Amino acid sequence: MVWKLSPVSVWRHRIPRYRLIGKECKKCGKHHYPPKLACPYCGSRDLKNIELPRSGIIETYTVIYEVGEEFRHKAPVVIGLVKLDDGTRVIAPITDVAEDELEIGLRVEATFRRIRDGDHFGVIGYGLSFRPIRTNVSKTSS
Amino acid sequence: MKSVGIVGWGAYIPLYRIAVDEIAKMWGIDPFLAKALGMYEKAVGGLDEDAVTIGVEAAMNALQRAKIKPDSIGAVFFGTESKPYAVKPSATIVAEVLGITPNTMASDLEFACRAASEGLRAAFALVESGQIDYGLVIGADTAQANPGDVLELTASSGGAAFIVGPSSESVAILEGVFTFITDTPDFWRREGVPYPFHGEGFTGDPAYFHHIIGAVEGLMKKLGLSPNDFDYAIFHQPNGKFPLVVGKRLGFSREKIIPSLVTPYAGNTYNGSALLGFARVLENVAKPGDRILVAPFGSGAGSDAFSFIVTDKLEERKKLAPTVDDYLSNKKIISYSEYARMRQLIKIVR
Repeated sequence: MVWKLSPVSVWRHRIPRYRLIGKECKKCGKHHYPPKLACPYCGSRDLKNIELPRSGIIETYTVIYEVGEEFRHKAPVVIGLVKLDDGTRVIAPITDVAEDELEIGLRVEATFRRIRDGDHFGVIGYGLSFRPIRTNVSKTSS
Repeated sequence: MKSVGIVGWGAYIPLYRIAVDEIAKMWGIDPFLAKALGMYEKAVGGLDEDAVTIGVEAAMNALQRAKIKPDSIGAVFFGTESKPYAVKPSATIVAEVLGITPNTMASDLEFACRAASEGLRAAFALVESGQIDYGLVIGADTAQANPGDVLELTASSGGAAFIVGPSSESVAILEGVFTFITDTPDFWRREGVPYPFHGEGFTGDPAYFHHIIGAVEGLMKKLGLSPNDFDYAIFHQPNGKFPLVVGKRLGFSREKIIPSLVTPYAGNTYNGSALLGFARVLENVAKPGDRILVAPFGSGAGSDAFSFIVTDKLEERKKLAPTVDDYLSNKKIISYSEYARMRQLIKIVR
């Protein structure tokens, strides 16, 4: 059974998911992603949008073999905890990578990908994945 | 000389490649055919890639080179024949990702492999008439081919994007353009059918050659030019052979065509095909003052011939984003079974 994605949800989250827009807390100065109503570090609601750096390292990762039906054609799915260059942590798929290439500390950069296909009749969920930085085709400075 | 030109360009070719020999072996296709078509490898979009994601990558590179604010773009034209949605624009997704929304035109164009080329004509006209400051044109496809069809030897994934703007900021100024179209059914895909079909040899003389020659000869007559006046010639590249043949028929030497050839190494990216060739010439060989001919072709059928004059702004923009050759060298060879899975030739019932 594959669930149809909610068009409202896809629409509501499109800006942070498309552009890696997070929040900066005006009180404690920390960044977080995805954007929340209150700072997860100090609780302040005085936040502003910030475009986060598109590169970082894999802090840890998991390889998921037992996936839901929606992801059967993509198995195994690699999910990483990425620490961006400003220290913000992002949980996202890792793409264009072989399992034997995966390692903690691997430099990665954001790339726009088709994250969720939903069912055949619904909307498509686009968003950000991270891929290993290959110097000659990297969009980021490192 | 027109008051418009190319201010930025960008390419994108996915990581994965399959050897054309592997496809021929899989389906019992005469191995000589791949060689005769001048093909070695073709690019394969990953499991999470489609025409939109490829278009975004190429457009981001074009924006990096153009050095303009995204919201100064007044039109986004997306040429593709592999739209992820049959109804819902791809151009709005790209515009939203890049921060071009909301004050912009945005539409998807369809004319087989020539849709993006028509987008270029429209964007040039909009900038030249003063209606917009800049226009973004994307040609990107995850080209479909019926498994075992000769088309499968070439149909690939990739794309290119061009930002059109005023000549004062351009790396290549538009000198002139000429279009030649007729109703010629050489290649088609009907509603609800997953793969295109084609008229075999009919795709050659009455289609590809007739229309490109019509457009290029029309342009040369309009501008009073001959093949000797051009430093490079870029034609649509359905394979590695046709651009050399059409160039020879028109009177262009091989040396003027070879620097643009991308299809032998990455396959036919349909709407990205000629535009990736244009990008490669700008990145590798073009010098200020050079005159470049660009002639995309689309089945159905039609061709546009553009003449550009390269400016001294080219050199500084080249290194601002990855080049076509960077993408060509960044590759991972995969088997037919991996390719079949990535392009979802094997259907999972869900």
